[in-house]
Amino acid sequence: MLHRPFSRVLAAAAFLTLSPQAFAQTDVVNVYTSREPALIKPALDAFTQATAIKVNTVFIQNGLEERVKAEGANSPADIIITVDAAKLVNAVDLGILQKPSNMLTEAAIAPSLRDPEGRWSAVTLRSRVVYASKDRVKENAIHYEDLADPKWKGKICIRSGQHPYNISLIAAMIAHHGVEKTEAWLRGVKANLAKKPSGGDRDVAKDILAGVCDIGIGNTYYVGLMLKDKDQRAWGEAIKVLDSTFKNGGTHVNISGVGLAKNAPNKANAEKLIGFLLSDQAQVMLATLNEEYPVRAGISTVTTEKLFGPIKPDSFSLIQIANQRKKASELVDKVGFDQ
Amino acid sequence: MTAQQPLSRPGATRGGFSSSHARLYAGMAAGVLLIALPLFTLMQLALSDDSGSLTHVVSTVLPQATRETALLLAGVAVLTAVFGTGSAWLVTAFEFPLRRVLAIALVLPLAMPTYIAAAVYVEWLDAAGPVQRFIRMLVGAPTAAAFPLPSIRSLPGAIFVMSAVLYPYVYLSTRALFTMQSASLIEAARSLGAKPARIFWRVALPLARPAIALGVSLCLLETLNDIGASEFLGVRTLTLSVMTTWLNRGSLEGAAAIACAMLIVVIALILVEMRARGNRGFTSSVKRPRAVAPKTLKGAQAIGALSFCAAPVIVGFIVPATFLSIQAMQRTVRGQIDPMIFDALLMTVLLAGAATIGILLLASTIAASQRLLGTALSRGVARFAALGYAVPGTVLALGLLTPIAFFDNQIANLWRAVTGERIGLVLTGSGLAIIIAYHARFLGIAIGAIENGYARISPHLDDAARMLGRSLGGIRRDVHQPLIRPALGTAALLVFVDAMKELPATLLLRPLNVETLATLVYADAARGVFEAGSLAALLIVLIGLGPIMLIARANRSEPADALLAASAATGDAKARDNPV
Repeated sequence: MLHRPFSRVLAAAAFLTLSPQAFAQTDVVNVYTSREPALIKPALDAFTQATAIKVNTVFIQNGLEERVKAEGANSPADIIITVDAAKLVNAVDLGILQKPSNMLTEAAIAPSLRDPEGRWSAVTLRSRVVYASKDRVKENAIHYEDLADPKWKGKICIRSGQHPYNISLIAAMIAHHGVEKTEAWLRGVKANLAKKPSGGDRDVAKDILAGVCDIGIGNTYYVGLMLKDKDQRAWGEAIKVLDSTFKNGGTHVNISGVGLAKNAPNKANAEKLIGFLLSDQAQVMLATLNEEYPVRAGISTVTTEKLFGPIKPDSFSLIQIANQRKKASELVDKVGFDQ
Repeated sequence: MTAQQPLSRPGATRGGFSSSHARLYAGMAAGVLLIALPLFTLMQLALSDDSGSLTHVVSTVLPQATRETALLLAGVAVLTAVFGTGSAWLVTAFEFPLRRVLAIALVLPLAMPTYIAAAVYVEWLDAAGPVQRFIRMLVGAPTAAAFPLPSIRSLPGAIFVMSAVLYPYVYLSTRALFTMQSASLIEAARSLGAKPARIFWRVALPLARPAIALGVSLCLLETLNDIGASEFLGVRTLTLSVMTTWLNRGSLEGAAAIACAMLIVVIALILVEMRARGNRGFTSSVKRPRAVAPKTLKGAQAIGALSFCAAPVIVGFIVPATFLSIQAMQRTVRGQIDPMIFDALLMTVLLAGAATIGILLLASTIAASQRLLGTALSRGVARFAALGYAVPGTVLALGLLTPIAFFDNQIANLWRAVTGERIGLVLTGSGLAIIIAYHARFLGIAIGAIENGYARISPHLDDAARMLGRSLGGIRRDVHQPLIRPALGTAALLVFVDAMKELPATLLLRPLNVETLATLVYADAARGVFEAGSLAALLIVLIGLGPIMLIARANRSEPADALLAASAATGDAKARDNPV
């Protein structure tokens, strides 16, 4: 019974029939995403409703680009959705993207938010800001550089320095001030930490509520999401968002973005989806649902601005910042930030 | 205990090279390929690094990561050894209230994945959690900064959480040993007037040394493999460094290099464990083992024993399971159930089940070849094929990505050449890639459990069958298969439970639209809303309970069969050939 090889063959055959790509398909588009599916699902569902094209997704938080590259010419990936500009730059470097025919000729998207060769575009925008206790912190604005000021000693909470969101921020600091000054800044911030870096951005709010620390770093959208969540509302209500900027610069921003896969089997459908994600309907939907800023100029940002104020993006382009990531990561290790 | 040497030599069976031989060699080849391909890919990657990130990693990351990993492993080793062995001894040698219940309950934490336990304890014990809030209320402290308490997100916290859910490996192996081998020795010691404590330290513990080494090595392998709990608790382990080197420095090569370095450490660990075990193995005697007569405890001693045994169960299972149940119920009442959960449930059971069948087939072939052929080659293959368990899941999956994609593309190109149609990627697209990854990772457990089953079958039976004219295949079919069934059962249960909890390889290699319960939990934890995944987490625990209770029951009645797995990875066959 167990010892016949047939059972293995049968199992394989059974699985082949489950394979969605094994045989000719109805209208589909295959999305590889490193963005949690729950956050993009409403937009994808709206797309299906509007176009009758079914959307297949797989969530690969780590290794998405490597997988698409390994899959090569027969990869079923049509669209790649990721968070963090550096991942998109990495995708370009790995050679897994191609320029869609429709992407950016029409949309009014700032050049700093898309690939100069047109191979990827931002879809939503978020900023990385300083959370602060409503009760214990009087300031309403802060410079990132001031986080190293000894007056905040023992008062800062942050997630792991190696997390991509923080790496981007540190990379932006390097772009502004160079490696040496950033190293000094990083040592200063480390000296001000209330506890070892751990957890996520929401935990920063949680710790501020509990009084472990007074300020911390997190993305804007978590605040809105916490306020919407029954169990986490208290965390969101305990904090306010400081107007955070670089000295002589703007707020550090990052994006979620989309690219067309090089060997996309459903190219036309994929281009339709990209167009949809940049359309008015989807932009408003994504912004309201996920508490982010839209990237199309002319879309109202009223709801997000109510919480965080108008966004003043930093002047450096995301690609310039992405180029400093490796140095940023090395600095985090050198300084022993996470220890 | 009798020492028994298998007398088989290659080609000694009648008829020379038969189809049975062919099957055995095919199985061995498959086992070797399964592990060799990803390891080779990793080594190739590691050696191809020319960007200098390797030197940076070695100078800045490795020392600290190695130190933290070593401390974590040391702490887990001590705690699991103490609680696993202590509770096994108490439950075997003494009688106290609730002993029977606890004997089974002590195995329950095996159903709780480390990442879920870590998430639950962070919820409970973190600064903003209910326990600390309560304490601050009692003490009158306004903020956590005013009254700092030890944080669960620390190295000691990680040691605490990991030990709480991993100690059952030590418990199972030492309990099996105590039930099987100690009766006459213990009674002799008692009749000579030794007090209970002395009996434990001078008789039971030395006897248990091989079993403790075995159980602890399993715990440490699982600890090394973990990423979710370490990341959550803020411990920078080597495995986590592999991830960050790959993701943030964009250096897959550097990550592969760290992974290879880790593998060397693991092999060293295994060699140390073999040395610690001495050259003793578990051979069965002809007579049925007699259980030691338990001594009844009264009063404070009974309560002490009860508390010592109940504590790990409470910490490792009851607390997390209660938390999950409460959260799941709250969400069900609120109507916040993810519609994907039923599909995920089905997919989890399907994938784990299919993998279990395949792994059993392959592992029994490899274990059989070791037994029937007895050559150094077959023994080497068995050790090598078990190596997959020592490689962290993420690393193994990364190593498998290239070979699987290669085969996938060959199949697709062939299909296109023959039919002109585009078939896409068959292995990845059907989920077979995940099953292949499970094979690579869990083959070691199955090989070990089946090897232990073979140890109970006297080689004299093989010789008798040969004398009566049976071929190799005949011996396997008529003699081994009926007797090996309990071991197959244990192997199946262990593999199923582990496959069901598996996360990193599943995340990387799964097809479109496929979720397992573990990936659902992960998706919610990644967004920072772990509680939303509590129903999925609870289901993982509940499904695991069935197999685990079966293992616990088997442990009670057929101790030798429930002896645990990576004895394959740790050279048990060598030990058996040179018994004391």
